[in-house]
Amino acid sequence: MGNNLIEKYYRTERLPHIWCPGCGNGIVLRAIVKAIDNLGLNKDDICVVSGIGCSSRATGYLDFNTVHTTHGRALAFATGIKLANPNLHVIVITGDGDCAAIGGNHLIHAARRNIDITTVVFNNNIYGMTGGQYSPTTPTGDKGTTAPYGNIDPNFDLCELAKSAGATYVSRSTVYGANMITKQVEEGIKNKGFSFIEALTICPTYYGRKNKKGDAPEMINQLKEMTINVDAYYKLPQEKREGRIVIGELYRVQREEYIEKYNRLINSF
Amino acid sequence: MTENNKRLMQGNEACVEGAIAAGMRFFAGYPITPSTEIAEISAAKLPRIGGKFIQMEDEIASISAIIGASLTGVKAMTATSGPGFSLKQEGIGYAIMAEVPCVIVNVQRGGPSTGLPTSPAQGDIMQARWGTHGEHSIIALYPSTVKEIFDTTIRAFNLSEKYRTPVILLMDEVIAHMREAVDLPDISEIKIYNRKKPSVGPEEYKPYKVLKGNIVPEMANIGEGYRYHVTGLIHDESGAPTNDNRIAEELVLRLVNKIENNLDDIVYYEKYELDDAEEAIVAFGATARSAKSAIDTLRAKGRRIGMFRPITIWPSPKKQLTELAKKVKRIMVVEMNMGQYLLEVERIAGKYTEVLGYGRVNGELVTPKEIVRFVEEG
Ligand SMILES: Cc1ncc(C[n+]2csc(CCOP(=O)(O)OP(=O)(O)O)c2C)c(N)n1
Ligand code: SF4
Repeated sequence: MGNNLIEKYYRTERLPHIWCPGCGNGIVLRAIVKAIDNLGLNKDDICVVSGIGCSSRATGYLDFNTVHTTHGRALAFATGIKLANPNLHVIVITGDGDCAAIGGNHLIHAARRNIDITTVVFNNNIYGMTGGQYSPTTPTGDKGTTAPYGNIDPNFDLCELAKSAGATYVSRSTVYGANMITKQVEEGIKNKGFSFIEALTICPTYYGRKNKKGDAPEMINQLKEMTINVDAYYKLPQEKREGRIVIGELYRVQREEYIEKYNRLINSF
Repeated sequence: MTENNKRLMQGNEACVEGAIAAGMRFFAGYPITPSTEIAEISAAKLPRIGGKFIQMEDEIASISAIIGASLTGVKAMTATSGPGFSLKQEGIGYAIMAEVPCVIVNVQRGGPSTGLPTSPAQGDIMQARWGTHGEHSIIALYPSTVKEIFDTTIRAFNLSEKYRTPVILLMDEVIAHMREAVDLPDISEIKIYNRKKPSVGPEEYKPYKVLKGNIVPEMANIGEGYRYHVTGLIHDESGAPTNDNRIAEELVLRLVNKIENNLDDIVYYEKYELDDAEEAIVAFGATARSAKSAIDTLRAKGRRIGMFRPITIWPSPKKQLTELAKKVKRIMVVEMNMGQYLLEVERIAGKYTEVLGYGRVNGELVTPKEIVRFVEEG
C-alpha cells in the first residue's frame, strides 16, 4: 500500500528527498497523499501550492500540479489560482514560519474570505531550512540559534488564529497519529471553504538537538505525551488542562464560500 | 474607426480598457494613489464580463495572486504606485524566474518612501530595471498620452505572453489622471498575442524546454492535464530544482537573452523632428510632452532640434540611441528625477556625443519654458 502511494502520486524520479533522516515531513506528506487517494480525486484536478522552507519543498516530489512559491506567499498565490480556476482542488503546504510569521497576514485574510483552500501547516516549532532559528510557534523558553538564552516570545496557537480569522474547518493532529492527519485532510478538502490543519511534526536536526529532545522516535513520543484528544480534553477538570495541546477537529461552521459569492455577483449581470 | 468609438477618457481608465481589450480577466490589487482608479474600474468591469477582481491584503499578495491566476491560463494584471511598487519586486522576480506572463502597472509618485503621494515623478526608472534581485532583464513600457496608455497596455500584455515574462507599465501621475479624447480601435483591429500552449502531449512535455523555432518554452495551463512543477529556484527543463552550475548559468542567460536578443521586436519609440536635427532631447511620459512643445518653440527660433522618445525604456533602445548619438552634437535627457535614464543614455551614447541631463524632484512637471531655457543656456 505504502509503495503504491509513492508510485501513484510521487515524482519518483525526483527522489530521494532533501529531508534529514528522522524528519517528520515525510510522514505528513504521505498522510496528505493518502487523503487524496481515499477521496479518489483526479491528479489533474489537484494543485498543491507551497511557500519556502523544508516542508514547502514537498511540492517538488508530488505528481500533481505543483507550485513552489515565495516565502510566506503560498496562500496568496493559491488564492489567485483558485479564483481563476475554481475547478481545481487547491491544497497549501506551509511551515510554521512560512505560514505564521512572514505569511501570517495572508493566512488571516484567506481565512476571512473563506476561500475554498485546504491549508496544511507542518509545524515543527522552528525554522528548519535556515538552520534552527526560533519561529512564532517555538514554545516560550525553548532555544533556537537566534534564541540562545531561550525564546522570550509567547508562542502562537495557530488553530485559534485560523478560527478567529474565519476558517470554517480547523483541526490539529500529529505525526504520532498520521491517520488522524489523513482524516483531517480529507475533511478539509471536503469542506467548501477555508480549511486549516495544523500537523505537529518534528525537526530532530535543529529543534530537537537545540532543546535536547532526543532522537526522532523520542520526539514523536513526546508529541503523543503532550497532546490530548479534544473529547478527552473537555472531560478533564480545568486544573488538569494546563499545558496540554488539543488535537482532533477543533472547529467547524457553515459559511458561504468566497468564490460562490463572487459567482453570484457575476451571474447577477 | 468610427466617430462612435471616440471617448473622453482618463489615463487610468484607458489602461483598464486596454487591458480588457488585450484579454485581461483577472486583476488583484491594493489601493494606492495615484493608481487606485485602475483597481476601481477593474472592480466594476471585470465581473460584468465574467472576469475576476480581488482586493488583496497588500501588494505582495496582489502580485502573488496574479501570478497564480496566470498559471491557470488567465491574463492578469496588478497596479500600484511607489511604495507598492517596492513590495511588488519579490513577485516580479518570481514571475521572471518561473516565466509567468503578467502586467504590473506603476503610476509613479514622488519618493522616497511615502514621498509626495499626489505629485508626478519619474523616480522609478532604475527600480523598474533593477528593483528585483539577481541578474535579469526586464521589459518596461512608458506611454505618453491617454490613447497611448490604451495601446501600450495591449502591447504590455502581448509582450508578456510572447516572452513569458512580467512586463512593467510605467505611467506618470499627470497622464493617469488626465482626460483626453481617445479613439478606441475596433476590437477586430487589435492584434492580440496569446501564449503558446504545448504542441506535445503531457508525456513528452518539458515545461522549461524551448522547442526548435520557439523563443520561450510552451506553457501549459494548470488543470489541463500537464502536471508540472513551478518554482522560483533554479530549475532544469523538467522544472526540477537543481544546484547544477551549468544549468544555473544556462537558465539565467536564457531568461536574459530571450529579451535582449529580440530588441527589434520589443523596442518601441517615437522620433520627433529628428531628420535634420543637430541636437536632440531624450524624454518619456509627461516630460516628453513638454519637450515636444519646447522643440516647437526652439524650431520657430531656427534651432535644429528634435526628440527621441523611448516608449520601451527597458530594454533600452541601444541601436537607436547609438545612431542618434553619431548624428547629433549633443543629447539632453530631461526627466523628473536627478538623472536615472541619463545614466543609461550616457552609457550608450556617451562615447559618440556630449550627453547632458536636466532633472527635478520637487513634484512639479518640467515645463516647456524650462526646457527651452536649458537648451539655450545649457
Ligand atoms: C523573503 C525571505 N526571507 C527569508 C527567507 C529565508 N528562509 C527560508 S526558509 C525560512 C524559514 C522556514 O521555516 P518554516 O516555515 O518553519 O519551514 P521549515 O523549514 O521549518 O519546514 C526562511 C526564514 C526566504 N527564503 N525568503
Ligand atoms: S532541518 Fe529539520 S525540518 Fe528540515 S529536513 Fe531536517 S529535520 Fe526536517
